[in-house]
Amino acid sequence: MSFYDVYLTLKDIPFRNRFKNITSKDVKHVLKKGRLTIEDYLILLSPAAENFLEEMAQRAHHLTVQHFGKTMQLYMPLYLSDYCVNVCSYCSFSFTNPFPRRCLTLEEIQKEAQVIADMGIKHIILLTGESRLHSSVEYLKESLTVLKQYFSSIAIEIQPLDENDYKELVDDGIDGLTVYQEVYNEDIYREIHKKGPKRNFRYRLETPERGAEAGMRSLNVGALLGLDDWRKECFLTGAHASYLQDKYLETEVGVSFPRIRPHAGSFQPKDHVTDKNLVQAILAFRLFLPRAGINLSTRETAEFREKLIPLGVTKMSADSSTVVGGYSDPHATQSQFEISDDRSVEEIKVLLKHKGYQPVIKDWQML
Amino acid sequence: MKDTLVIGGEEFTSRLFVGTGKFANHQQMEEVLEKSNTEVVTVALRRVDIEAKEENILNNIPANMKLMPNTSGARNADEAVRIARLAKAIGMGNWVKIEVISDHKYLLPDNEETVRAIEVLAREGFVVLPYMNPDLMAAKRMRDAGAAAIMPLGAPIGSNKGIRMKEMIQILIDEMDVPIVVDAGIGKPSEAAVAMEMGAAAVLVNTAIATANDPVQMAVAFDLAVKSGRIGYLSGLGPVSEIAKASSPLTGFLEEFK
Repeated sequence: MSFYDVYLTLKDIPFRNRFKNITSKDVKHVLKKGRLTIEDYLILLSPAAENFLEEMAQRAHHLTVQHFGKTMQLYMPLYLSDYCVNVCSYCSFSFTNPFPRRCLTLEEIQKEAQVIADMGIKHIILLTGESRLHSSVEYLKESLTVLKQYFSSIAIEIQPLDENDYKELVDDGIDGLTVYQEVYNEDIYREIHKKGPKRNFRYRLETPERGAEAGMRSLNVGALLGLDDWRKECFLTGAHASYLQDKYLETEVGVSFPRIRPHAGSFQPKDHVTDKNLVQAILAFRLFLPRAGINLSTRETAEFREKLIPLGVTKMSADSSTVVGGYSDPHATQSQFEISDDRSVEEIKVLLKHKGYQPVIKDWQML
Repeated sequence: MKDTLVIGGEEFTSRLFVGTGKFANHQQMEEVLEKSNTEVVTVALRRVDIEAKEENILNNIPANMKLMPNTSGARNADEAVRIARLAKAIGMGNWVKIEVISDHKYLLPDNEETVRAIEVLAREGFVVLPYMNPDLMAAKRMRDAGAAAIMPLGAPIGSNKGIRMKEMIQILIDEMDVPIVVDAGIGKPSEAAVAMEMGAAAVLVNTAIATANDPVQMAVAFDLAVKSGRIGYLSGLGPVSEIAKASSPLTGFLEEFK
């Protein structure tokens, strides 16, 4: 039994009809409840719930402060390699995009780490393109020998691995695993992941479970919003997070709501996800899973990120580079996607304090 | 009459322990600690950044207060033991609040793993205060393993629901010969007073203070409530009748038959 079995029971729900038939009365009923079911979550993602965003926001804010306090975890991504064997129509690292690829040496990793550490950051997430050759477990383990001297929490967002590989990485200090399913619609998934190992929908879907079995402290899942109807995608993301939370009680589960950003290539999103839609997605999720983390990257603009802070977000990245070597070398080449909020860590800290939030730099101690 | 709380050979006047998570900033936390008159402060080692200059939370904890590092983030006994040792190694003293939580949905403590961690740490000379799910047998095992006090939850952590475990906590207070500190779930000053009236040795409060609109005033309120509850307990509360006095007695006929 894995989430794939649950997915099979959910994927054929006639979402369009279900969402259409939900009324204000249904929404009001859910907003009176204490603990929400997956059905209730579906109701809060409906068009009818759009008229209740303020009420949802008040509750989401209250629940978040209650469970997480007036705090915001800060982190930064560190891109190690952009070699990628997959052909994905929405991503700049896609194998077919011609640009000089790069994989950082240990010396270069140290330089990047130093720049990030100097900005006062202690939690990082390592990113690579999908290449077992260039971003191998051995390479990551070697990188950790350097990175552990600088950071107190290190997560990964790399190609899906087997449980044994994750175990090796956990033993060496990796504590978090992020893997986005990209799209929970298996047909669209196969359409946009044209070539490479990423075409295996089920292996990717079951990745968080392998990570949890290997002892990861935190898991982060998400769908790339814009690839299919966002309401449905957010519903399945929530179902996935809820499944993981129930199955792995000892693991912290979080989600991200990344919207497609401009990138190299001509891919156009299928679904336009507005700011209002994104707000509804975040609020509905917070009310459904009050203790889960919600992660917000610099894909979103500075102005919009500010407004999202009190709505349920618990982790934010800052001053991010999505370019391999981008922190220490301003001339570094190809970014994975464009970022929209380029404020410094210091500026983000000031903003958070101004809004009454404590920026949390360190929230784990490597054991 | 002097009324002090003794834990690990140290004497305390205040019976309000304060947690340091969830505050909007360290300065506010510092003011709360001062105004609360607390003498025991718990800090999660995971949040301590001794390399940071301004953002080291320890700089904002007044030196006269007893530091009680906690093992927040530990999923099993082994991790709790490692966190406690690290805390000691960076100079946070030999007190430790053991928090082993293998459930991120409700954040309920794992009593079995907690007992295992106490066994190791008490042997190493730590003054161990375990956070636990109120269960008499588990509490006894914790005491036998060397716990200096027992800290049962009043309700799930951060829930502000009050002393929902009242009956079970009362049993611990009545039966255990180590101090019982009600930790977690207390949402209002009046609920802290209830715990103290029940005979708890102290209470630990965090969320209710940190997330109040005015945390400093709330800290003052908790200080007063804890004192008030304690005085109430010491003064000997009148017995509470569980059943109202019946207006038509069931044994009145015995008089009539005379």
